[in-house]
This record gives sequence, C-alpha cells and structure tokens, in this order.
Amino acid sequence: MNIKALLSATAVASVAFAGAAVARDQIQIAGSSTVLPYASIVAEAFGENTEFPTPVVESGGSSAGLKKFCTGVGENTIDIANASRAIREKEIKACAEAGVTDIIEVRIGYDGIVFASDINGNGFTFTPTDWYKALAAEVVVDGKLVANEATSWKQVNEALPDQEIQAFIPGTKHGTREVFEEKVILQGCEDSGALKAMVDAGASEKDAEKKCMSLRTDGRSVDIDGDYTETLARLDANKNGIGVFGLAFYENNTDKLQVATMAGVTPSTETIASGEYPVSRPLFFYVKKAHIGVVPGLKEFAQFFVSDELAGPDGPLAQYGLVSDPELAKVQEAVASETTLTH
Amino acid sequence: MTDTAVSYRPDTASDPVRRKTSLLEVDALTRKRNAAETRFKIYGIVAILIGLFFLAALLYAILSNGLTAFNQTFVSVPVTLDRAAVEDAEASLVKTSKYNAMIDKALAARLAEAGIATQMKPTDLRKMLSSGAASQVREFVLENPGRVGETVTFDLLASSRVDGYLKGRVTRAALVNDKNLDAGHLDLIDAMGDAGIAVKRFNLAFITGADASDSRPEQAGIGVSMIGSFYMMLVVLLLSLPIGVAASIYLEEFAPQNRFTDMIEVNISNLAAVPSIVFGILGLAAFIQFAHLPQSAPIVGGLVLTLMTLPTIIISTRASLKAVPPSIRDAALGVGASKMQSVFHHVLPLAMPGILTGTIIGLAQALGETAPLLLIGMVGFIASNYPGGLASGFLDPNSAMPAQIYEWAKRADPAFYERAWGGIIVLLLFLMTMNIVAIILRRRFERRW
Repeated sequence: MNIKALLSATAVASVAFAGAAVARDQIQIAGSSTVLPYASIVAEAFGENTEFPTPVVESGGSSAGLKKFCTGVGENTIDIANASRAIREKEIKACAEAGVTDIIEVRIGYDGIVFASDINGNGFTFTPTDWYKALAAEVVVDGKLVANEATSWKQVNEALPDQEIQAFIPGTKHGTREVFEEKVILQGCEDSGALKAMVDAGASEKDAEKKCMSLRTDGRSVDIDGDYTETLARLDANKNGIGVFGLAFYENNTDKLQVATMAGVTPSTETIASGEYPVSRPLFFYVKKAHIGVVPGLKEFAQFFVSDELAGPDGPLAQYGLVSDPELAKVQEAVASETTLTH
Repeated sequence: MTDTAVSYRPDTASDPVRRKTSLLEVDALTRKRNAAETRFKIYGIVAILIGLFFLAALLYAILSNGLTAFNQTFVSVPVTLDRAAVEDAEASLVKTSKYNAMIDKALAARLAEAGIATQMKPTDLRKMLSSGAASQVREFVLENPGRVGETVTFDLLASSRVDGYLKGRVTRAALVNDKNLDAGHLDLIDAMGDAGIAVKRFNLAFITGADASDSRPEQAGIGVSMIGSFYMMLVVLLLSLPIGVAASIYLEEFAPQNRFTDMIEVNISNLAAVPSIVFGILGLAAFIQFAHLPQSAPIVGGLVLTLMTLPTIIISTRASLKAVPPSIRDAALGVGASKMQSVFHHVLPLAMPGILTGTIIGLAQALGETAPLLLIGMVGFIASNYPGGLASGFLDPNSAMPAQIYEWAKRADPAFYERAWGGIIVLLLFLMTMNIVAIILRRRFERRW
C-alpha cells in the first residue's frame, strides 16, 4: 500500500534526523541589530577566507541575544551574543546559573548615535538640554515639577526652528535606548540644572535621575521597537519627525536624511573616534569559552573579527560605518589569551 | 405561497376604491424596488472595482520596485593573475583584501586602455566595484590553479550605488553627503558605459545566489533560501499528507460518532485558526529546546509548518471524502468488499483530486509563512551557504524565501529594498504556479455527482 510505505519512510527518516542532529559545524550568533551588519560582513569574509563555513547571524536586540546566550552550554545554544551595550551584572549572574561561566568580552569598536530629520526639512543644532526639555515627562519650572507642555522646538530653545516636536526613539529592548537616555536625556537634565533642582527639592539622587529619564507619553515621543528602517518609514510619513539612528544607517541613507549636530559637533567617524561627538557607545560581542574547541572555528572567528584588516580604521567595517577602536591591539591580545570576564 | 396569492387577488370586494394597476405601467413601489436592485448591483461593481484597483496598485508597486532587481551592472575587467601576488595573498590572513590590489591595477589599466582619463587613485576607483569582486577572483583562482599567471577577463559586479545610479535610484544630488562615492565616479561610470566596459544585464545570480552581507547588496540572491523553502515544503508534504489523510479517513469512515470524536473535530477546526506565531513558540519549545534539533534548520521549520498545515489538509480531505456519494461505499460493501477495501479501492481514489488540491493550497500557505520562522532562528544572515547534500539540506542552517524578503526589507542599504521587492516577485511566481496546479487538478479530475 502506497500510504503505508510513505508512513514508514517518514518514520525512518525522522529517526535518522534525530540521530544526525548532534554535530554542528557552523558558528551561531545572535543579538543586537546594530552589530548585525558588522557581524554579517565579518561572517561573509570569514566564510570566504577560511575553510570554515560561513557563520549564522541572527538579530533580535542586545537583551534578547544575551538572554539566548545565557540559556546554557551545548550544541543547541548560541556561541556568540552581539550587544550594543556591555553585559549587565544581572545577566552575568543569569548566565552563571545556567552554567555559562566563562565569557570572553570583545569590544569591536564604537558606534555613533545620530539625530536626523527629513532631508528637505529644517536643519537642527541640538544640545542634550533641548532633548531633555522637549521629551521629559515633567520639567522643572520655577523650582517645581510640572507636566511638559512644549509643542514646538522653538519653545524649548529660541535658536531652534518653529517645528512641532515629534521624536522617534528606539524602544526599550534596544541597547541604543539606554545610551540615548544616559548620554542625551540625563545629560540634558544635568546641564539644564533640573537634576540639581530636584535634588535640592529633597529627592534622592537615584529618584531624581529616574525622574529625568521618564519620557512623556502624550505621543510627542514615539518608541520604535523595530529596526532603523521603521524609523525611516515613520520620518517619511511625518516630515516633522526627528529620528534616532545609528551612524552607519545614516551614512547609507544620506539621500533621505540630514543629520543634526549635537552640542555643536557633526557626527562622523572622526569626531566619534576623537570623543568630540558626545553620543557614542562601544559595541561588543560575547563568546562562550566552553564552546571554543567544540564548535570549529570559534576562536578563529573572534580573532578574525578584531584583526586589523577587518576592524582597523581602513577595514570594511570602518567603511560601513564602524568607528574603529583605538585600543584594538589590546582587544586582539585579550581574544588571543581568551581572557574571561571577572565578577 | 398560496396565502399571499389569495390576499393579493385583484377582485377583493372589501377594497372598492383600490386603484387599477397595470403591468405595463411602472408604479412607485416597483420603481423603488427596481432602484434598490440597481443600487445593489452598483455596490457590487464598485466593490469589485475597488478590489481590482488595489490588486493593480499592488502589482504595479511590486513590479515597478522589484523588476530592477533582476538586472545588475557588471564591469568587465581583464585581471592579470600574477603568480607572486596570488601566493602572497594566499599567505595572508584576509586573503581577499590582497586580491583587491590586483583588481585595482587591472581596472586602472582597463580605463587607460579605453582612453578614459581619471585623476582618481586606484583604491578609490575600486569603490565602483562590489566588495565581493575580490572573492570572485579568488574563487576562480582556487578552482583553476592552472590558470594562475594568465590574464583572465572577469565580469565583476558594480557596487550597489553605481548600479543604483544606472537604474535611476541614486541621483547626483543625493551623493553630496555620501562618503562611498562622489560625482567623479558617476562621470567615470557614464564614460565606462559608453565604452562598453560597464553593462547592465540580466543577473541570474539573483535567482540562484546566496544572501550577502550588508556591505555588498549587489551580490545577494534568493537561491539558497529557495532551497531552504524547498526542503521545508518537502518535510511538510511528507509529514502532513500521510498524517492528515490517515486522520481524516479514520475520522470520516471508521470513527464512531460520540462526544470524543466531536471534541476532536472542534479542536481541529480551532487549530486551523490558531495564529502561526503560536506554532513558532511551540516549535522552539518542543523541537529545539526539548528534542534538541538544530537551530535555524529547515527540518525544524518544516515540522512547525506541518503543525500549521495539518488542520487545513484534514479539513479539506474530510470535505472531499464526504463529497463521495454513499452509494459508492454501499455498492462496494454490497459486492463483499471489506470496509477498508471500500475506502482504499473506491472512496479514496475518487476523493484524491480534492485532497491534492487541499494539500497544494495548504503548502502554498506554508510557503508564504514568516512568523513562526522568526522564533526558530531562520531570520538573519543565514542563507549564505549552499547545502552540501540531502542531510545537510535538512539540518544545516538556512532561511526561507519570505524570511529572506523580510530580512532584506530591514537592512539599511536601499539596494536591499529593491531586492526585497524582487524576492516578492519570485515568491509570488511560486505561489501562482502552485495555485494554478491546484486549479488544473480540480478542473480535470474532480467528479461531481
């Protein structure tokens, strides 16, 4: 009977697959969507230049990647997590509980966070104070906290154009959000004297900082949980909007976006490398040491990633928009000696 | 019926003042009813026109955005494969970067030979070419070690921005802030086009090729993810057809009618309506975390889609079994066939066209499904290796066509956007073919009683 034969064939096939599903020869990577393009460029070059197969790179965000990374050790867990922020103490603990104890931290370079608007609209020269005053849920007026009612950038800062406040900022699952809050909103809170005013009014430092970083929810500030392409689409639909992007994304879309200066500095690889441009952050990937020697090519891949030819100032990563790490040699050394995180 | 006929009798004596009406004369009530009918027809036509308009707009958007993905700009350059340079490159860590120097030299020489003068440095000239050019040359060297020392003419891909310029996507004005290319490059490209060095032609690699990283969209193709989709569909077909048909035959022909079978029936109908992302989470928990099947593998994707397709197949199979008239079964049983013989010799063959149609439609639905694949690791930079054989096709990480399209649409470089639309065209062609096959099967073999 035909169907009988089919059934038994599939049964045999599924057993065969279950048996074959043990050895894995590709490196598996997941994590930050900011690091994804760099990781995929390196993965492609790695596949072309070595006898190892091209690694598999998934995205999903820094937190999601690290969570996956910390599920345990073994063939069906990932080998490398990409992150656009440093791993947190809490995550290291979660990792350790699942048996992932030896983690190698590799810093690949820096990424700038830029503020851009539609190319045909007004140009902007921001300071962190402007962003704090425009987006904070509550601002200090005459020593008291009142709900933020600013509707135009001009109300926030006389020097800015009279354009409606509409910001598209990364959602909380993105590592970019943390940098935005710390380097822009909190900085603006401090610069404008609001933080000091709150502390003087009797709030603890921690509460005051938390207050600084709570953003308004009346629709002026919109969280984007997707990728930068979604932010770009939102700007396309709302020409008054200002979006938060990674430098590399902006550099690939200069025909649609114009970039705003921050504290008088135009973002570029040079100003970020020199530290002049204030809103930048390091990019990392984390390697499971227990997988080195088990998954073929894992250490080679990590070394390949941070080699001068790739991550150096003239390499393809810098070409794409990464700001190369001035201390790359130190990173290379740490990878070579498999230095793990201590905690 | 008879009641109404009676009450509308024209010679009703109780209403002597009733106006005489004629069938030839259209009275107000009839006019109203006719108008209502006309209005309803117009609503219908408007609804269809709106539908057609959106279909046309969709097709126009897909074709106008996507057709350009099938053409690509190539630059033909004769590269001298100098033995010393090749050996030097093979000894270094990033071998492809050393091949770039050879390409630089070759491109500069080719321009000089064509009489195109330029002030640009060779390394800047290379920005017009894909960063994948070096690996193309290296691959040739590895495959033909005997030809090292000769001069070989390569058709190298132009960079995505150059290609975008020739396709009208990148304009001169847009290059002001672009750090990869400037107006000088565009002048050169124009001259190279005139000299026949740079040509735009059909790019088969888009259909057969592998995914490429963010720095070289021009090299990306949908081929490997097509293979991934194929293996997934194979798993779906091999599992869901036999299981689905067996389950339906049992439920329809053998199972007793009781509460338990009723419950199963209700649950199957419910399963058909479960959002596909739910099956993705189930697949992650059951197949990857519990059964330890490899991540991103088409076998896992196929298993998840099998779960999704099974209810569709069971429902359509049961419907076509039901459509076979009981007289066929009775006749078979009457001449002494067993229940099983009557089902397998008579009912099943007659129901087969309906079953196949349902299966093909279920497969087409599974082919276009992306959501469950997000959760089992099939979205990302994955479809970059060709599977090396049958087992590797099922077990090695791969993507699927809709997942690849989603991935391209997310990437920063606008050239990927064009490829996403191109991918949609390829996917639609597959879906259309499958649906047409289903229609033909139904038309040709279906019997009505």
